[in-house]
Amino acid sequence: MRFAIVSPTRLRSSLLMAPALAWLTALMVVPCALVLALAFFRRGIYGGIEYTFTLENFGLVFDPLYAGIFLNSARIAGTATLIAVVTGYAAAYAISAAPRRLQPVFLFFAVLPFWSNYLIRTYAWIVLLNREGLITQLLRWFGYTGETPSMLYTEGAVIAGLVYNYLPFVILACYAPLSRLNPELAEASRDLGASALTTFRRVILPLTVPGIAAGAVFVFVLSIGNFVTPALLGGGRFQMIGNLVYDQFLTANDWPFGAALAMALIAIMLLVLMTQALLADRAAGRAAEAKGDADG
Amino acid sequence: MNSSPARTLGMRTILVLVFAFLYIPIAVLVALSFNAGGLPTAWSGFSLKWYASLAGNAAILQAALNTLIVALVSTAIATLLGTLLAIGVEMRRQYGKGLEALIFAPMIIPDIVLAIALLSFFSMLNLTMGLHTIILAHVVFNLAFVCSVVRARLKSFDWSIVEASADLGASAITTFRRVTLPVILPAVIAGALLAFTLSVDEFIIAFFTAGAGRASTTLPMQIYAMIRFGITPEINALATIVMAVSVTALTLSQRLNRGVIGQ
Repeated sequence: MRFAIVSPTRLRSSLLMAPALAWLTALMVVPCALVLALAFFRRGIYGGIEYTFTLENFGLVFDPLYAGIFLNSARIAGTATLIAVVTGYAAAYAISAAPRRLQPVFLFFAVLPFWSNYLIRTYAWIVLLNREGLITQLLRWFGYTGETPSMLYTEGAVIAGLVYNYLPFVILACYAPLSRLNPELAEASRDLGASALTTFRRVILPLTVPGIAAGAVFVFVLSIGNFVTPALLGGGRFQMIGNLVYDQFLTANDWPFGAALAMALIAIMLLVLMTQALLADRAAGRAAEAKGDADG
Repeated sequence: MNSSPARTLGMRTILVLVFAFLYIPIAVLVALSFNAGGLPTAWSGFSLKWYASLAGNAAILQAALNTLIVALVSTAIATLLGTLLAIGVEMRRQYGKGLEALIFAPMIIPDIVLAIALLSFFSMLNLTMGLHTIILAHVVFNLAFVCSVVRARLKSFDWSIVEASADLGASAITTFRRVTLPVILPAVIAGALLAFTLSVDEFIIAFFTAGAGRASTTLPMQIYAMIRFGITPEINALATIVMAVSVTALTLSQRLNRGVIGQ
């Protein structure tokens, strides 16, 4: 079979795919491979690239200064992920508990902001949080006359911006398994005497882990590589990996180090995605088990 | 599910709070674009003057034109390539994980990574960067999104009707035009609208692949520069217009896709 003549369908399929795959290869695979290669070169004296092999750039990633920024990014991204997942799950749960005909409407409006411009959604928070912003106005209206604390350019502002931008996706990801949940499972759990909390913790939550994982991975990955939100809402005071990569390419002119940082970012992303795949597999196993129990 | 009044109230409270969180920032932004006063936050009467001042701002008009060129051209190329790719993938009974990963990659790769990769690539080729390099870059992720929308539609496609058409003597092109295309057309248009919106809104990759100079500034780049300079009601007005365009395109796309599912 291995040496069989290529079937006409297969040939036609290959021809149809060829232009797109060529485009992706030339403008994604090759450039990304180039960045990987770049990470092993040395920075030239005048900012160019010196073509001698080195592992220095990867060593520098673990330098306390930069490792600190990585940890800081992970902490900010982690906090944003936690808040987004808890809020998004609650919202998805509430949507899935709404009348059937209203659910698509709620879902549509929950996701709509996600499709508007990212910069604009971030800018909206500058409008809210600045010294003369709505929140300050509200405080004044309630009779507060003192100096208002600066809310913009804080870590809290960065986290709020990240949560705001990625929450719709978490709602979407969590809604999918929640809406497919068999209500009989929860009923059975209650009939067997489990409290609402136990039912949620032991039945509903484990079955919806894939959605939570997908949402969490999305928020974490996009947050940790973000450079727009820290730049605009953190006022440049909160460096994250994305800002570091940006600086190496556009201001410090150390492309090899920037490339190494980008590769570290990809490595973190792959690690997170693999963890998610593992969790999803285990959850699928559990779901099959639960289904077997229910059927048997 | 049990629906005690307390539980219903709890669910409603969650929905109200979440929708307030999602929409209040946007509502404030839009409301202040109609604010007469120069201060971007304190309300002092209704006015359209910030929209008028946008119309007289040559830099913004140029950026809007650039954005339109990039979005239209990259959407056209991506729609063609993405649709062909979707058909090619779906007509195979089996395909490798590598192919799946390659098609999926543009949607999950961090923008900043693709941006620096393309910047390195273009400068290594000594390519003068401008609108054309932004278009080359935008097609990468646009075609992946078009492909995924069209593939979703093809999942329920009955390939035997294509064989039937061929058996009845129709050429491959006639079969495509009369059989395959009518089925996937709503998804193709939905994918194109999605691609158009993504391209209009895309900032990071455009920022890195636009090259030096202001000639190839796109609207998001212009907005970013304006935000860094400070908040002005002009940004609010511009933001309102951009959001209105995105929301319209996406609502349309959503409708078409719903039509597909409803069939």
